[in-house]
Amino acid sequence: MEIPKIIGAGLVVIGAGIGIGKIGGSAMDAIARQPEATGKIQTAMLIAAALIEGIGFAALFAVN
Amino acid sequence: MVFSKKPLQFIIAALVAFFPLISIANPTGDSTHVAVEATHEVASKSHEAHGETANLSEEQKADLERKAYIKHHLMDSHDFTLFTYGGEEHPKHVGFPLPVILWDGGLHVFSSSKFEHGEAVAESNGNYYKINHHDGLVYKTDADGNFTEDAKGHVTNAKPIDFSITKNIFMILVVGLILFMVFAGLGKSYKKNGSIAKGAGRFFEPIILYIRDDIAIPNIGEKHYKKYMSFLLTIFFFIWFLNMFGLTPLGVNITGNLAITASLALITYLITTFTAKKDYWGHIFWMPGVPVPMKFILAPIELLGTIIKPFSLMIRLYANMVAGHIVLMSLIALMYTFNSPIGSPLSFFLAFVLSLLEILVALLQAYIFTMLAALYFGAAVEEHHHDEHHEAAHH
Repeated sequence: MEIPKIIGAGLVVIGAGIGIGKIGGSAMDAIARQPEATGKIQTAMLIAAALIEGIGFAALFAVN
Repeated sequence: MVFSKKPLQFIIAALVAFFPLISIANPTGDSTHVAVEATHEVASKSHEAHGETANLSEEQKADLERKAYIKHHLMDSHDFTLFTYGGEEHPKHVGFPLPVILWDGGLHVFSSSKFEHGEAVAESNGNYYKINHHDGLVYKTDADGNFTEDAKGHVTNAKPIDFSITKNIFMILVVGLILFMVFAGLGKSYKKNGSIAKGAGRFFEPIILYIRDDIAIPNIGEKHYKKYMSFLLTIFFFIWFLNMFGLTPLGVNITGNLAITASLALITYLITTFTAKKDYWGHIFWMPGVPVPMKFILAPIELLGTIIKPFSLMIRLYANMVAGHIVLMSLIALMYTFNSPIGSPLSFFLAFVLSLLEILVALLQAYIFTMLAALYFGAAVEEHHHDEHHEAAHH
């Protein structure tokens, strides 16, 4: 029971990592295109990243 | 002479970052009684599992001790211990006791010094109580302080209802008092100086204005934001101060406690629910603009969503703070793991860098919590003019 749990959590964390990476990358692109909108882009980026992070933590708790 | 404030800022930042190092890297007190006790427990359990004598190597024992120490740090406790010295035979604790308040068929109030840091049985009006080393909770025992356990190792003793002023609650009260003093003083100084920031106000004013102009107004809207401002400001500064206290030598871990983040999330949920406008409920139970069968499918999902939102608030703050504390303490424990001249500077450097990062995380988590709370409030009071338009077009 322990090993499938750990693998599942690992998969979720990989997914969350890819998600946050994409958000960060897109935010970088957006800031490069429109440096004057940096503040707004950062706020939106942080919110989206926080929402995905929550899923990652939920997976870690399922293992615990 | 041109005097730059930059170096001063760096020094202050460095000092703040060093605080956790002082508090956590405490080599003589590293093997406190609780840690040792837990090690023995783990050792005896693994011995049962393998069916052979406990032949753990020194290294494994040290490893378990470290794990137990980190676990102990994350737990709440009934007395405020700043640090421990004197080795495991005669540990001396520096700190102060806190009141223990129990409800067990009657009120029992006594000082936590009676527990002698979890080693003694406390007697109150003919009842005996002892702290269990595993979960740090108070149980009712016999006069010798024996615990009965079931097959899974859970304690089966009777548990009194515990209203004690524990370390966490003590720190919450302290932070509440600090917040009250700072902001009440700030209010007075504004009145006296004709709305010009002075002293601490020069530091806090931009933050408060940021929360108003960049969190509350864009998310909630000009019309309704005012009634939520007091809650948003309180929750931001409360979480931020508690997070920062977690990095001081006091060794407290308050926002890394599920009960506390749960109550913060619960308050957010209650405010969202009770201030919600008609449109909010309309969107949950009868989603406008979708076919009728879809409305029935969406209603339970939306209803579940209202509970998942505060739940994710709770988990996010808790997990972030706990993860930060565990990683920081593990990096410091590297010093003992390596046990070589390279280990100390390496662990020191890593822990220093992570402490700087944790200062950022402390602020970021407070910001995220406030931001998402504002977002949820905004959804609750939003008025959908375009939807009414759609409905009108249908008729």
